[in-house]
Amino acid sequence: MPESNVLPLKPKDSQKAGAGFLISVDALGYRRGGRSLLDAVSFELGRDPGITVLLGPNGAGKSLLLRLIGGLIRPDSGTIRFSPDFRGPIGMVFQKPVLLRRSVRANLLHALAIARIPRRERTGILARLLVEADLTHCAESPARALSGGEQQRLAMARALVGDPVLLLLDEPTASLDPAATAAFEALVRKVAGEGARILLVTHDLHQARRIADDVLFLHKGRICEHTPAATFFRAPASGEADAYCKGTLLT
Amino acid sequence: MLFYSQLLEIVALSLEVSLVAVMLAALIGIPLGALLAIGRFPGRTALIVLVNALMGLPPVVVGLGLYLLLSRSGPLGILQLLYTPTAMIIAQTILVTPIIASFSHQIFADLHREYDEMLRAMRASRWQTILTLIREARHALITAILAGLGRALSEIGAVMIVGGNINHATRVMTTAIALETSKGNLRLAVSLGLILLALSFAINLALHFLRSRLERAAHA
Repeated sequence: MPESNVLPLKPKDSQKAGAGFLISVDALGYRRGGRSLLDAVSFELGRDPGITVLLGPNGAGKSLLLRLIGGLIRPDSGTIRFSPDFRGPIGMVFQKPVLLRRSVRANLLHALAIARIPRRERTGILARLLVEADLTHCAESPARALSGGEQQRLAMARALVGDPVLLLLDEPTASLDPAATAAFEALVRKVAGEGARILLVTHDLHQARRIADDVLFLHKGRICEHTPAATFFRAPASGEADAYCKGTLLT
Repeated sequence: MLFYSQLLEIVALSLEVSLVAVMLAALIGIPLGALLAIGRFPGRTALIVLVNALMGLPPVVVGLGLYLLLSRSGPLGILQLLYTPTAMIIAQTILVTPIIASFSHQIFADLHREYDEMLRAMRASRWQTILTLIREARHALITAILAGLGRALSEIGAVMIVGGNINHATRVMTTAIALETSKGNLRLAVSLGLILLALSFAINLALHFLRSRLERAAHA
């Protein structure tokens, strides 16, 4: 459970809000240096598994929003509420994987130790994670000697420690080639298929088209729309999203 | 064989004093560096400036200060430590600690910048964070220790004043070289000088290989 900006939900609130959400973001605001970077951001993520793509141009505030949800920074205003039965960690993967200067296996064991997983369970979970991320062949290699795609899959495997219900991925494929991107997207789909809700930040329309179940479109710190992917790409509700899809959005 | 036994005695005492001093300085300096890099407490910036300034501490001044403390009429005179190897170890520890602390601070600050977000996303406790960083810093810390060792082995001002360069008791390589040179006993002086150089090279070489082996293993 993230320690910051979490308001435990009272039972009557959850009835009011409907039983369906995993997290509910309400009127979130973040300002720095007199500039409003996020303004009145509100949306809900359902508790059903799936992939939500947080789409928007550079500088829209996508990564910032992800860090606020992950509890790495605190909002200036607004709240982020988790469903009352929200359990366990939030997995995070960043654009540039920060891996320990140790082997793949040692990186995962370190994450298991940080998460205080009992020692006797670690070997089993480790083997499962290596298979899940397709890293069994390089388990003993130094993590920083892996290819970019393998490094990012290792970061993903590490984020899966503790079986998070919610995963926050910040442009995880921005510096990967097409093959590595495809492999990473396959892993993301697999994890979503196993029951996780994934919030993935990207500015890549093609990627959004490939993997999104629903799309949150963010522009200049405001949510322009939150629609199912099929609707979004057929007929975006907002003028900004429409312009972005056509490549004519001015930032 | 007097020449060789005397030589051996001097070399052994030099190594003992400097190695023990560097070990103590590492035990104090590395956690201090980590604290300065990761901790947030009032006076932290002042302490960083102070530690960095103390890197350039003149050994003679440290020797003099310690002499005043340890001399018979000084506040710590009762310990009767003046002109003992213990006093020399204390002096060199004072000289080396700021060097190791300052290097460590820089190393930990860089690593902390790199790992901070990742460790917070993993919900690592403060303790887990520090242990992770120390483990990740292991190669770089060897350089910090080397710098400290270089300072300790080559230093003469402090050990001369608090050790007194007493034959068979507190005579180390640097003080012996100074003495033998002034006596005109150049044979012993040059031998000692060469040994000191060789030792420095050997220690640096050994740690260099240790470091590159560790780094190859981790591909840092």
